[in-house]
Amino acid sequence: MTDTQWIQICQLEALPIDAGTAALLDEGKPTEEQIALFRITSTTQGESTIFAVSNFDPFSEANVISRGILCSIGDELAVASPIGKQHFCLNSGTCFEDEDVALKTYPSKIADGQVYVQSSELIQE
Amino acid sequence: MSVKQKILVIGNGMVGHKFLEAMTTHSDADKFEIATFCEEPRAAYDRVHLTDYFSGHSAEDLSLVEPDFFAQHNIRILLNDKAVSIDRKAKTVTSENGETLSYDKLVLATGSYPFVPPIPGHKRDNCFVYRTIEDMEAIRASAQGSSVGVVIGGGLLGLEAAKALKDLGLTTHVVEFAPRLMAVQVDDGGGAMLRQKIEDLGVQVHTGKNTQNIEDGDQHFHKMTFADGDIIETDVLLFSAGIRPQDTLAREFGLELGERGGIVVNDHCQTSDPDIYAIGECALSGGRIYGLVAPGYRMAQVTADHISNTGDNTFTGADMSTKLKLMGVDVASIGDAHGNTPDAKVYTYVDGSTEVYKKIVVNSDNNRLLGAVLVGDATDYGNLLQIVLNDIPLPEFPDALILPQRDGSGITGLGVEALPDGAQICSCNDVSKGDLCQFISDGATTLGDLKACSKAGTSCGGCNVLVGQVLNAELEKMGLEVNTDLCEHFPYTRQDLYNLVRVEKIKSFFDLIEKHGSGRGCDICKPTVASILASCWNDYVLEPEHAGLQDTNDRYLGNMQKNGTYSIVPRIPGGEITPEKLIVLGEVAKKYKLYSKITGGQRIDLFGARLEQLPEIWRLLIDAGFETGHAYGKALRTVKSCVGTSWCRYGQDDSVALALEVENRYKGLRSPHKLKSAVSGCTRECAEAQSKDFGIIATENGWNLYVGGNGGMRPRHADLFATDLDKETLIKYIDRFLMFYVRTADRLQRTSTWMDNMEGGLDYLREVVIEDSLGICEQLEAEMVEVIGSYQCEWKTTIEDEEKLRMFQPFINSEKGDSNVVFVEERGQIRPATSDEKRQGIKVVSL
Ligand code: SRM
Ligand SMILES: Cc1cc2nc3c(=O)[nH]c(=O)nc-3n(C[C@H](O)[C@H](O)[C@H](O)COP(=O)(O)OP(=O)(O)OC[C@H]3O[C@@H](n4cnc5c(N)ncnc54)[C@H](O)[C@@H]3O)c2cc1C
Ligand code: SF4
Ligand code: FES
Repeated sequence: MTDTQWIQICQLEALPIDAGTAALLDEGKPTEEQIALFRITSTTQGESTIFAVSNFDPFSEANVISRGILCSIGDELAVASPIGKQHFCLNSGTCFEDEDVALKTYPSKIADGQVYVQSSELIQE
Repeated sequence: MSVKQKILVIGNGMVGHKFLEAMTTHSDADKFEIATFCEEPRAAYDRVHLTDYFSGHSAEDLSLVEPDFFAQHNIRILLNDKAVSIDRKAKTVTSENGETLSYDKLVLATGSYPFVPPIPGHKRDNCFVYRTIEDMEAIRASAQGSSVGVVIGGGLLGLEAAKALKDLGLTTHVVEFAPRLMAVQVDDGGGAMLRQKIEDLGVQVHTGKNTQNIEDGDQHFHKMTFADGDIIETDVLLFSAGIRPQDTLAREFGLELGERGGIVVNDHCQTSDPDIYAIGECALSGGRIYGLVAPGYRMAQVTADHISNTGDNTFTGADMSTKLKLMGVDVASIGDAHGNTPDAKVYTYVDGSTEVYKKIVVNSDNNRLLGAVLVGDATDYGNLLQIVLNDIPLPEFPDALILPQRDGSGITGLGVEALPDGAQICSCNDVSKGDLCQFISDGATTLGDLKACSKAGTSCGGCNVLVGQVLNAELEKMGLEVNTDLCEHFPYTRQDLYNLVRVEKIKSFFDLIEKHGSGRGCDICKPTVASILASCWNDYVLEPEHAGLQDTNDRYLGNMQKNGTYSIVPRIPGGEITPEKLIVLGEVAKKYKLYSKITGGQRIDLFGARLEQLPEIWRLLIDAGFETGHAYGKALRTVKSCVGTSWCRYGQDDSVALALEVENRYKGLRSPHKLKSAVSGCTRECAEAQSKDFGIIATENGWNLYVGGNGGMRPRHADLFATDLDKETLIKYIDRFLMFYVRTADRLQRTSTWMDNMEGGLDYLREVVIEDSLGICEQLEAEMVEVIGSYQCEWKTTIEDEEKLRMFQPFINSEKGDSNVVFVEERGQIRPATSDEKRQGIKVVSL
């Protein structure tokens, strides 16, 4: 995988802490998708990690995941759908209430203060 | 063809009706053909709560009849029809209206009538008794335009009647023939304390007074002259000198009566004619008349069982212990209150400063409790009663039962755990400890649920504390001690967290979870803490440290709809709006093609706004003078109003002005759940105030305040909290009530469930809010003033802050909108397209 397959989304500092934000991946392309980015800061060092999952809530069929509340369930990080309150694991995308349902997840990284998510063009190949 | 057995009941009072209910629950209920004569113009109602009629409860509120009861069970009720003769040979009964019905079994449930001493003048106008709704109506009518009221009789009912007269605004006197009040129930010491307390409340008590004559007065309607020459003048005169069993029919048609009246019955409640039964206050069982409803209910059950041949339930007497609150004074009497048992010993405790009197009567061996009298503080009632009823051995020093437990040691071994399963906890509804335990193990694990399914505590309320104790003890025993932790991140209840935030002046979720929690929080604790922080410090909810805590509705200051768009609900205080503002709403809705609807809360909701449109729309609305309506928040929603005095011919006061004032006072107050209110201008109640968390109704003399009402999933009629308040007092009580709720309720607990789960219920709430029993009222008021002082329209703050507006951009890296949001047209407006419609590519509305 080369660096060109990472798509630059925004500056890290533009994202609210411990909350979600929506972004468009592959804007204008046939693979255009809405994603939900979550910026998590470690409580001790103040360092950030990014999780990227699909913004589409499979239960309500609305694009709202980025507007859900960030949760920790045991050791896992999760987001609660703002419509039906189902919880989705940020790492695997799996729904805690219904294991057959999952959000798509996207590899993401932070480099030089910028947030990158892997293009879904690649994932589809 | 099997012929149905004919059951005829004379009297549809409390006990007669209980009998009907008991018959309908028997498995072979269809084998009976039942009819009942009812002398009164309405079917059975709750006589025990008759006095509530004066404080806003209507005849329907007092009704004991389930909707459709008579039709559903095929029972014929002959209203307004008095039975006048019985033909025991032909087995028929004939009524005043000329109906003759035959019976196989006849049940007399004729109750009793008030005794009026034959004092010359007792039949004058403006002389009343206290027994029926018609009596209440007559008393109320006569009290209008009167200034003084006298009750003859200082017993239980007399004192209750005195309170009613006082509440009707009369200068009130109680005249008692005996040397003390409540002579039947309490002893001299208790009577003296009771008298002192009642006089403190402004009712004048005259004991040892023998009324000799009633005639025209000089200043008032009546002049009463006593044997000792004293006189009192009064406008209204009420007799409450005891009751007499209504045994006329039995007397005329040859059934055996007691020496001093009452229809003699055996253990199955049969009279001297085995096909005729007598139950309730007309029956004489074991030589006694039972003037309380609980024993009557038992008789009803026994009779129903006997007639339908189920079990051999018998009535062999009942406990006459009582606990009451008379004019706010707790009074209780248990068992042998007067120490009449030979060689009984007595312990008393008197606290002159708080006016508490307690006495216990124990047997000669000092190891069994026989009776007790409590005045001023009856919290021990439940425990003491159970000790008597279950013959529980006493501790070595029985006085420990009534001495204050100042060192917190408590009495061990005599709590509810010591009670056998058969112990009757609620006598009104005949619920035993075993019954309660069964309900608890079946899942009723909150006080509210337990009361709802067992009915315990729902009549006189005297057993509430005990019901709560049984619940707690059982939960603990089942190891099922309900985990009251808010969630996995905080080992605390909402109340605990509230106190921590207040006391430690914690200002952010981060600080709270660092100090008192673990993990990163979740969709339960974050909004809860956000709400607590807002109740305490009222910061702007979208500050960076708060924004991520909010439920989506609070985070975007609108209610999220099923397709991810939002609704817009501007505040329209009291539902009052100018045409200009209405036009603005119309114009904004038209411009953005928003679906418009009048809500059930007297305001207007505009639906279908996209995230990115919210700030623009709100800017227009704020420019036109609107504010946020907090429809998205667990906060004050609407205060509905009716038109009131300005327009309505019945209005007693300006309900619109008050609704505006109340809405503007509490807008922005964040609370455990949403809060709704309403103000009605008169008792017709067009604003539906009695279904609100707090409701206000204008009366001739001020405002009545109701609390704990709810519509929604489990409707609850609000409780009348205080009457005839001036506005200042009204607002003071509401401030305290709301802040006490904010302080002590659980997460997402409406005031209705909060009230249902409150040990001590309404009385306790009154003590806290009106009498300041916890000494916190000043603090509660100060906290409210702080919240009111820090109010801001969240939308105004938001549109003025560029930084915040970025949040409403749909994507951080694009100008595009959400292409998945599409609408179709319906009845001339938009609505979200369904998934099917989207798949089928149906014609959408272009925006
Ligand atoms: C718009 C409205 C219906 C309407 O078209 O008339 C409405 C709409 C909603 N109600 Fe309501 N309720 C509306 C009046 C009522 C009323 C009537 C009233 O207030 O007089 C009640 C019964 C009264 C009461 O609350 O005691 C009512 C009882 C509920 C309940 C049940 C509450 C309960 O204690 O059982 C919920 C659910 C909840 O809050 O948990 C609810 C929740 C909701 C929510 C917020 C559901 C949701 O989460 O999406 C709805 C969204 C509103 C929106 O998107 O703007 N709504 N809702 C009414 C808005 C009134 C207003 O101007 O603010
Ligand atoms: C103000 C007040 C407060 C009270 N407070 C309490 C309390 O706190 N706790 C408590 O336990 N008890 C209390 N009581 C007592 C309680 O109300 C009675 O014990 C109960 O109502 C008795 O029920 P009953 O069916 O025997 O009589 P009732 O309820 O009086 O019913 C008898 C009915 O029979 C009708 N009737 C009589 N004769 C005929 C006829 N010939 N034909 C047709 N109908 C007829 C009467 O009109 C009446 O409607 C209170 C009573 C009052 C008035
Ligand atoms: S069920 Fe009631 S609250 Fe829910 S959307 Fe329908 S009308 Fe509104
Ligand atoms: S004892 Fe009256 S309600 Fe329980």
